[in-house]
Amino acid sequence: MTTKAQAVLDWVDARFPLTSSIKGHLTEYYAPKNFNFWYFFGSLALLVLVIQIVTGIFLVMHYKPDAALNASGIPAAFASVEYIMRDVPGGWIIRYLHSTGASAFFVVVYLHMFRGLLYGSYRKPRELIWVFGTLIFLALMAEAFMGYLLPWGQMSFWGAQVIVNLFSAIPVIGPDLSIVIRGDFVVSDATLNRFFSFHVIAVPLILIGLVVAHIVALHEVGSNNPDGVEIKKKKGADGHPLDGIPFHPYYTVKDIVGVVGFLIVFSFIVFFAPEGGGYFLEYNNFIPADPLKTPPHIAPVWYFTPFYSLLRAMVWPLFGLDAKFWGVVAMGAGVVILAFLPWLDRSPVKSIRYRGPIYKSLLALFVVAFAILGFLGTKPPSYAFFGVIPGAPVAQLFSLYYFLFFITMPWWSKMDKCKPEPERVTG
Amino acid sequence: MSVDQKMDGGRRQLLLATSAAGGVAAVAVAVPFVGSLTPSERAKAAGAPVEVDISKLQPGQMMTVEWRGKPVWIINRTKDMLDSLKKTDELVSDPKSDKPQQPEYAKNETRSIKPEIMVAVGICTHLGCSPSDKFKTGAESGVSADWAGGFLCPCHGSTFDLAGRVYKNKPAPDNLEVPPHKYLADTKILIGEDGKA
Repeated sequence: MTTKAQAVLDWVDARFPLTSSIKGHLTEYYAPKNFNFWYFFGSLALLVLVIQIVTGIFLVMHYKPDAALNASGIPAAFASVEYIMRDVPGGWIIRYLHSTGASAFFVVVYLHMFRGLLYGSYRKPRELIWVFGTLIFLALMAEAFMGYLLPWGQMSFWGAQVIVNLFSAIPVIGPDLSIVIRGDFVVSDATLNRFFSFHVIAVPLILIGLVVAHIVALHEVGSNNPDGVEIKKKKGADGHPLDGIPFHPYYTVKDIVGVVGFLIVFSFIVFFAPEGGGYFLEYNNFIPADPLKTPPHIAPVWYFTPFYSLLRAMVWPLFGLDAKFWGVVAMGAGVVILAFLPWLDRSPVKSIRYRGPIYKSLLALFVVAFAILGFLGTKPPSYAFFGVIPGAPVAQLFSLYYFLFFITMPWWSKMDKCKPEPERVTG
Repeated sequence: MSVDQKMDGGRRQLLLATSAAGGVAAVAVAVPFVGSLTPSERAKAAGAPVEVDISKLQPGQMMTVEWRGKPVWIINRTKDMLDSLKKTDELVSDPKSDKPQQPEYAKNETRSIKPEIMVAVGICTHLGCSPSDKFKTGAESGVSADWAGGFLCPCHGSTFDLAGRVYKNKPAPDNLEVPPHKYLADTKILIGEDGKA
């Protein structure tokens, strides 16, 4: 570096930790050398967050959160989305990037969470990273849900109606709480405007704060790896982990490969299948919101459907409280229970590579259960597999399994026949 | 603070008092913000009663009007439809309409002022979807082979009979709400205001 540039850098460094931050988080942040495919999804989640923020900024320039009917009898909000799609130059691609980005976000985040389950990334000393991650997941669900109201289509309206009414199931304060959330006695213009505010300002701020906390906590303890052994235990003469390599340039370059691969798939969907076969953008949402008529079949967007199935599985009143309340409890507990994973897992090893047959088979069944709950959540309650096996009891069975997987984990994770962990990573 | 250092009691008290005052101020400041989330005066005023002319409503037909942003159904029930209510008595969870889901004058077998005319808010008591009418009976309805006619909520599968009474073991906890209403004339209903016919 020229002495002039060095002088400028020195001037900055004396006033702001620039060089030391770059070192601490990139060039001298030592990550295990054996990261595999599964480790793409953290950086991809960050990429999608950036895509959503940038496209969102541009969408807000043209979108109007207004439920009033315009001269042609169409709600202004719905009309402004169509205006973006048809009349704003480049509007269609920005909007499709944003709507596809929402689904991509959940694809990436679900795979990122599954990576945690595979390699025990939530175990000590990374409990807080996992807890922050669960909160990010919750914030992301809130963000996606409120964003879905904005086009003010039929699914927007009735989806919001159902989810806001969930809160009215809470005893005593429920009915008033749901009125405070809506700002009206029904989902209306007031609801649309506050959801717009939350979607554009409040939740993104929280999300970014949580992402920073997630990464700061990660860089404090260091990354886990597919072997689930701590690289910090074996350090070389230079004080760096023997099995660690600097994040930059090694993993920045690797992640660029992931980014390119992701963008190829992502662009393909944006250009050729932005509706995702009705899963990314539901067909009923191309009809303006009608408060008098629920579409014949309403289902949430695919990323909520496993939890929606948990909600629908509760049909019995318990302890003098309505089934409705227990459905809400099941759905909430389905998300919150994830946060307790670090303390439920009592296995002597972290990675699936050294776990025994019990964990492997129960985790495989968990994936099946999650997928089937997700599938059934997109179907009407009367759905039957091949027309003969009724879906509702299957969903109830797998919902039970969903919770048993976590609740009984302290016992079976301890019983499992594990293989010994290696001293160092195996590559 | 180290233990051996002598604590200045007066300053500590001042500190506590200041913090408490600050906390009170923070709560006070929150009041208008939380208040702004509740329904505005305009939203509260929007609940004007709606007048409906039912002279063209034939037996077996149903019409929907908007009241307070919600769909309100008016169904002209045939004799068969009314008879079906006796069959569903033991299938529904609140056959006698004990829960306060209707005004006193609609707390009867047909949940209505006039036996044939049913007025109900078409919003499922589960999570607020609007159920679809399934007036055809039996397998033809697509609900079940022994279906007696009524309503099916598309969201979570709750079913209601032709008096808006919810079937047992369904996610919806209560019968459909009967709004306050009164007859202005033989075929004119005012929805949203009480008063005997």
